[in-house]
Amino acid sequence: MSFWRDPIVFLINWAKGLLDGIGWGPGWATTVGFVIGAFVLAAGAMFFVVFLIWYERKLIGRFQDRFGPNRLGPFGLFQPLADMLKIFTKELITPVGVDWVAYNLAPVLSVSAVLMMWAVTPFSKTFFGVNISVGILFLIAIGGLGELGILLAGWGSNNKYALVGALRAIAQLISYEVPFVLSALVPVMLSGSMSLVDIVEAQQPWYIVVAPAAAFIFFIASVAETGRAPFDLAEAESEIVAGYNVEYSGLKFGMFFVGEFLHAFTASFIFVTVFLGGWRGPFADEIPVLGLAYFFIKTFIVYFALILFRGTNPRFRIDQMMDLNWKVLTPLALVVIMAVALVNSLFASSADWLRISALLAVNLVIVFAAERLVRRGVKTTRPEVGSRQRPVASPDNVFIQPGSGVKG
Amino acid sequence: MLNDWLYVGIFALVSMFLPAAAISIAALLSPKKPNSVKNATYECGMETVGPAWAQMKVQYYVFALIFLVFDVEAVLLFPWAVAYNQLPLYAVIEAVLFILILLGGLLYAWRKGALEWL
Repeated sequence: MSFWRDPIVFLINWAKGLLDGIGWGPGWATTVGFVIGAFVLAAGAMFFVVFLIWYERKLIGRFQDRFGPNRLGPFGLFQPLADMLKIFTKELITPVGVDWVAYNLAPVLSVSAVLMMWAVTPFSKTFFGVNISVGILFLIAIGGLGELGILLAGWGSNNKYALVGALRAIAQLISYEVPFVLSALVPVMLSGSMSLVDIVEAQQPWYIVVAPAAAFIFFIASVAETGRAPFDLAEAESEIVAGYNVEYSGLKFGMFFVGEFLHAFTASFIFVTVFLGGWRGPFADEIPVLGLAYFFIKTFIVYFALILFRGTNPRFRIDQMMDLNWKVLTPLALVVIMAVALVNSLFASSADWLRISALLAVNLVIVFAAERLVRRGVKTTRPEVGSRQRPVASPDNVFIQPGSGVKG
Repeated sequence: MLNDWLYVGIFALVSMFLPAAAISIAALLSPKKPNSVKNATYECGMETVGPAWAQMKVQYYVFALIFLVFDVEAVLLFPWAVAYNQLPLYAVIEAVLFILILLGGLLYAWRKGALEWL
């Protein structure tokens, strides 16, 4: 019975028993267990990317009225596998004058920085890598490691485009880290803990209901942190070729892509953990495997939203992107923190429903006021291009050639 | 407690090892036929002029400074947020005053034009 309730923990305990049975000391058994667990989780995450690539290409295809991959296997599922085989046999070109250490460390770092976020996330009530007391801070620090990977790639490539792309990417990532960190303060404040496990446990109701403004800022900032459209200025193909990864080829280039796809998925499950209640759902407390299912369902919904975001928005200009961050999101995040702190303290002694609806109301008021203010600051009239008197095709004369004898 | 960080350390090593191993396998499998044209620095067919590690705009530096202010502030605010539930109202108001000063600093930087991307 316990197997069906919680198969993963059952298997982990079984493996632990096996290790203990060999007769090593408890210290060695723990260490070996950790190594095996880390290998399984990290390798699983990396192979999961194959599926993510298929999911994303298929969805982007549908958004653009195409089929997406549909030749290899059912629904084109084997397409990424074929791509993987191909990229493994591509030549790894090392251009002249690269900084060897930086050039080769960069693709490794950009994947490992994302993988390490999997170590602290609670996937269900009982299944998580580890429950460290500074979970959120750890996530932010590891995000910084990914930025280091990008800077190493740009600096090590001995290429001007790569350097410009890397600097832009760094400017973007460190800027968007500010609202990311500030909006992550709100769940920490409400739950009174930085551990992700405690934050999920404390979410009754989900924090997106309690603090939608913070969730909104967190979502935008985490999309920007993944560096995808509409925030993909770092790899603006038409301006700086491809940004920091111009000089990479073969699997070294592929690793940046693995890192990007995995980062998008990881960003969506961090959003789920922090604001959408993680594994919480009906009966998830009694049957942890249900929690795992809820977690992945929610994550895929958020991931879908993220891809929709990517598929339907044009790229920002760099000054617009910086303005959005420093003149809208950062002040908004500061105001939200102050408002949540004050309202929550004032209503601390009153009933829960009253406190939560007060927080919700304050958040909504802040979002709408911010929207009004931003609209006032933005020019809405655009200069007219060309003259008004130019000939205009009207629907009833486009198909009729002059002199064809057909009356319009 | 220490065990937890042992796991994080092991996970860090493993997560560095896996991509490195994948790249090593690819390096073994892939063909190696370098030549001087293929290995040249890519610049859309032009010869590279001067060192690639060129000077950069000072604007990046300004944004890095503003970022530093807010990141240090976050380091101060996170412990406050953890203790928030046990704090009396006046401690909360103190933190709000602190954030207001920061907001003032942001507005000052804005007014001075430090937030314009030129």
